[in-house]
Amino acid sequence: MGFESKGIYTVHEFTLAVKNVLTRGHFNDMWIRGEISNFTNHGSGHRYFTLKDKNSQLHCVMFKWYGKNLKFELEHGMKVIVFGDLDVYEQKGVYQLKVRDVRPDGIGELYKAYEQLKNKLAMEGLFSPDHKKALPRFPKKIGVATSPTGAVLHDILTVLGRRYPVNILFIPTVVQGDNAGQSIVRSIDALNKTDVDLIILGRGGGSIEDLWAFNEETVARAIFNSRIPIISAVGHETDFTISDFVADIRAPTPSAAAEIAVPDRLELINHITRLGHRLIENQRRFVSESMSYLSDLEDGVAPHLFIERLTQYIQFIDELTRRQTMSIGRLMEVKQALLNAHAGKLDAVSPLGILSRGYSITLKTPGKTPVQSIGDVEKSDEVSIIVSDGKIRCNVYGKEECKWK
Amino acid sequence: MEMSFEESLTELEGIVDKLEKGQLSLDESLMLFEKGIKLVRGCDTKLKSAQQKVEQLIEENGHIKEEPFEVKG
Repeated sequence: MGFESKGIYTVHEFTLAVKNVLTRGHFNDMWIRGEISNFTNHGSGHRYFTLKDKNSQLHCVMFKWYGKNLKFELEHGMKVIVFGDLDVYEQKGVYQLKVRDVRPDGIGELYKAYEQLKNKLAMEGLFSPDHKKALPRFPKKIGVATSPTGAVLHDILTVLGRRYPVNILFIPTVVQGDNAGQSIVRSIDALNKTDVDLIILGRGGGSIEDLWAFNEETVARAIFNSRIPIISAVGHETDFTISDFVADIRAPTPSAAAEIAVPDRLELINHITRLGHRLIENQRRFVSESMSYLSDLEDGVAPHLFIERLTQYIQFIDELTRRQTMSIGRLMEVKQALLNAHAGKLDAVSPLGILSRGYSITLKTPGKTPVQSIGDVEKSDEVSIIVSDGKIRCNVYGKEECKWK
Repeated sequence: MEMSFEESLTELEGIVDKLEKGQLSLDESLMLFEKGIKLVRGCDTKLKSAQQKVEQLIEENGHIKEEPFEVKG
């Protein structure tokens, strides 16, 4: 058969003829399952890849106006189902699929990716308790990396403000979509250059695709490498992301992260009040021991003054105990009053108060041991007498024994 | 330099423990008691005067800087 019978085509004419056959509509709106390879995300915004299975390959292109709706980024080796129309790329004479949508294949492609990364990082020890940094007991400044819109920031600020007001450094962070991973990494790095002593990384609930950035390897490594401890609070209580495993603490929700981050101020005030009580209790014992010693002395001092002071003091303690049963609503107010009252009363019963009433304490220098008996000093020893407004340095001129009892 | 709240509280807890164990000389006991009371006051004042301050970290020409952040709603 000679070429005259069909005529001679140019390459372009032939290509157009093939294209004409292939793009008539038989191969429009196709769903095709395969694995992504040779993926390039071109500077133009178009994505090129090959879809393959064991036996065949198919060139694919996803133009950027379709790609902007992707919920996750394509990766080499990812199993997907693509949707599109067959086309012929004339310049190269190849057929290709113009992709309009890409979806993870079946139930588990995203979960599989998640499991794979989780296992890999676990093997490397990124989740090991040995690497968990301790949270500061009282953070001075907390870095918050989350979206500037949405309820998360508001929730965190509200809970922190209610529990324990503290300085906050907020860094607006993209937490969803193509740029989220990069943005989270940048926020963590930036906060590491500041003086915050704790970071909360937060995001509200969403689908696994929405939370995907928190399952990215770069994010996991940024959290691991952070010099500053990080609380991860992503999604709801039932959502677990890789970030949660790498972080120093995982909080079930952003509000819970704020509760973990700081102590409760009321509890702290109670704690300090209790410490104040113990100081008083101890000092009362000290005073009463001193008093029983003093009361052994018949003259020279006036123990009745001291006893009176002590009696008042015991009454006061009883009164405080009664007032503790008051309504919770006034607790703050009462605690403050208690504390102020304590401080005042303590001054009154402290040995320094005794000094202001004319008593003095004699200490032997050197050594500063209290002089309680004439046997404690020798003639010409140096002593220091503590009075209400200072010390008097003296030498022992002489001593004589007196029977007070 | 002023002690942080954490340092103050830790010291206060230490003082209370030490005083409760006893065995202290008169002037040690006096000194610790005075110090303890000052710390109770200090911690209480710090707690009650604490205020939330929110700043925003922004990046500008490759430099990061902190500026006041307006809390909405």
